Amino acid sequence: MKILRTIKVALKALGRNKMRTFLTALGIIIGVGAVIAMVSIGQGAKEEVEARFSEMGTNLLFVRPGSRQFRGRHGGGGSYDTLTEEDAKALVENSDLIQYVSPNVNTRTQVIYANKNWNTSIYGVGHHYPLIRNWEIDEGVFFSESQVRSGQKVCVLGSEVNNNLFEGMYSIGQVIRIKKIPFRVIGTMKSKGASGWFSQDDVIFIPYTTAQTRLVGIDHVQSIDVSAVNGKVTAEAQEHIEEILRIRHKIAPGAEDDFNVRDMADIQEGASEATQVLTILLGGIASISLLVGGIGIMNIMLVSVTERIREIGVRMSVGARERDILLQFLIEAIVLSLMGGLLGIVLGVGSSRLISQFAGMETSVSMGSILLAFLFAGSVGIFFGFYPARKASKLDPIDALRYE
Amino acid sequence: MSENNNIIKLENITKTYVMGENKLDALKGISYTIKRGAMIAIMGPSGSGKSTLMNVIGCLDKPTSGTYYLENELVSKLDKNRLAGIRNKRIGFVFQNFNLLARTSALENVELPLVYSNVSAKETRERAQKALQQVGLKGREDHKTNQLSGGEKQRVAIARALVNHPSLILADEPTGNLDTKTGIDIMEVFKSLHEKSGITVVLVTHDPEVTVYAEKVIHLRDGLIENEKRRET
Repeated sequence: MKILRTIKVALKALGRNKMRTFLTALGIIIGVGAVIAMVSIGQGAKEEVEARFSEMGTNLLFVRPGSRQFRGRHGGGGSYDTLTEEDAKALVENSDLIQYVSPNVNTRTQVIYANKNWNTSIYGVGHHYPLIRNWEIDEGVFFSESQVRSGQKVCVLGSEVNNNLFEGMYSIGQVIRIKKIPFRVIGTMKSKGASGWFSQDDVIFIPYTTAQTRLVGIDHVQSIDVSAVNGKVTAEAQEHIEEILRIRHKIAPGAEDDFNVRDMADIQEGASEATQVLTILLGGIASISLLVGGIGIMNIMLVSVTERIREIGVRMSVGARERDILLQFLIEAIVLSLMGGLLGIVLGVGSSRLISQFAGMETSVSMGSILLAFLFAGSVGIFFGFYPARKASKLDPIDALRYE
Repeated sequence: MSENNNIIKLENITKTYVMGENKLDALKGISYTIKRGAMIAIMGPSGSGKSTLMNVIGCLDKPTSGTYYLENELVSKLDKNRLAGIRNKRIGFVFQNFNLLARTSALENVELPLVYSNVSAKETRERAQKALQQVGLKGREDHKTNQLSGGEKQRVAIARALVNHPSLILADEPTGNLDTKTGIDIMEVFKSLHEKSGITVVLVTHDPEVTVYAEKVIHLRDGLIENEKRRET
C-alpha cells in the first residue's frame, strides 16, 4: 500500500468525524501554540538584553582587582588595592588599541538638597566616562580633565536622582550635599532606562579624584573602564591590558594576576545564558501541554480503533497485512498531530504578536522554534499513535469480522 | 496424475478451539478436493463446523492439523502476512452481512483489494468500474453504501470479490440477509459469473434454495463430511 494512498485514506477517515478530529487536534494546537509563544517571549527577552548591551558598546573592557591571597586564604574579588590611576594612564599611553579609560571609585550614600534627601550610588569616574559608555549629556556639561585633576566638588546627576531631588526644577548651578560635603551640579545625564531590577539612572557622577579624597578615603582605584578603538579588537586589547599591568605590577611570569580583565562579550554571554535558561524553562512548561495533547490523540485513536474493528476485519479479509493496518492508523495519528501542529504555529505566531502588542513585551518568533515545535508534534503523533495502531494491526481477522 | 486441475485439496483437516480447560473440535478430519471451475455448496446445521471450514479454505484461519493445498500450493503452513497476500490475490469473499465500509462510496469499496495490491491508482479505478458494471451497478459508483438497497450492497460486495481476478469466490450465506426475490437475483449473478468466467464458487448456506445453483452439495455434521450429493441439473 502506497504512502500517498494511505494518507488519503487517513484524511478521509478524519473527515468523517470533523468535530472529533478538531477537538483531538486542539490539544496539539494549544501545545504547539504555547511552545512557540513561550519561546518567543524568552527569545525576545534575550534579544532585548543583547540590544541593551550592544547599545552600551561592544568595545568595552573592565579591569577589576583580583582576589588577594594571604597565607593561603583567598579574599573576595576586588580585594587587591593595587590598581591606580597611573595604571589607567599607562594603558592609554602604551597601547594603540585603547581609546579611553576611566578609573572608577564608587560608593553609596545619602544626598541632600534643601529639604529632600535620597540614597543613591556615587560613581567617581574620569572625564571620558560618557564617551566610554555611550551616554549623552542632557543639560549642562560633564566635568573636564582639569576639574578631575584638581579634584573639584562638582557633580553630574543621573535623570532619576535629578527628578527626585529637584522635581522638574532647573538643577544646574544648584548645590547638593553628598555626605554633608557641598557639590555644585554642572550637568544632567539622559535617561538610560532600567536594566532588570535596578535603574541605571539612579546615580550621581563626580570626579574619581574627589571620590578618593573626600568620600572614600583611598588612594587606589576600584576598577578601570576601558574602551577599545573598535569592537573587533577587544580580545587583543585585553591582551595588551594584561601585559601592561603585569609589567607595572611586577608580576613574575607564571604567577597569578592581581587583576581581572573582562570584556563586554563575556558579560553579555552571561546575561544571554540567563535568558536562555528562561527560554528553556518557558518552552519546557509549554511542552507539557503538548504531551497532554499527545495523550488525547492516543485516547481518541484507541476509541477509533474499537469503533472500526469491523472495518479492520474487512480490510484484512481483502488482503491488508499487519503492516498496512499499522501504517493506516499511525498515519492517521501523524496527520492529526501535524494538522494540529500547523494550526498551532498560526496560533503561536498570532499570540506572540498579541503579547508584544498589548503586554508590551518583546517577542521574537524564530524559524527554529517553529520547526522544533512542528517536528515535536509529529513525533508526538508517532509516539502516541503507535500503541493504538499496533493494537489494530494485531487483531484477528475472523474476530474482527464478527465483532458487533 | 493431473494435480493441476484441483483448486482446493484438503487432507485430514482438523481444527480444535481451546477455551480455558474446554476443548472444542470444530473440524475432526476433513479430506476433500474441489476441481477448478466447480460451483459447490457446503450445508449443515449451525455448529456443524461449516464456518470454521470456510475460514480455513478462505485462509482467514489455520487448521490445527492436516494440510491444505490451494492451487497446488501448501498454504496451511504460511504465516499471517503470506495468508493476507493469498486472500488478496486468489480469494474473493462475499459475506452474509455484506461487510462494506460505511459512509464510503460503492467504487471505493470495490477498489479496496487493489489498494493492498501493487496496482496503480488509475488501473484501480478502471478495474473497479468494470467490476461494478459486471454486477449490474453501472451508474451507482458514487453512491454511499448506506444509500444502497440490500441487493445492491451484495452486488457491491461481489464486485469487490471479483476485482482482483481471484481463482476462488467464497460466499458465506450470501442471501441470508435478503428477501427471496433479491436472493434469487444475487444467485443469478453468481451463476452467470461462474458460467462466463469459469470462476470457482464455494457457497456456505443452510438455505436449500441456494443449493439449487450448486453442482455438488456437501453436508457437514459435527465436524465431518456426512455425505456429498451431485445435483442433476
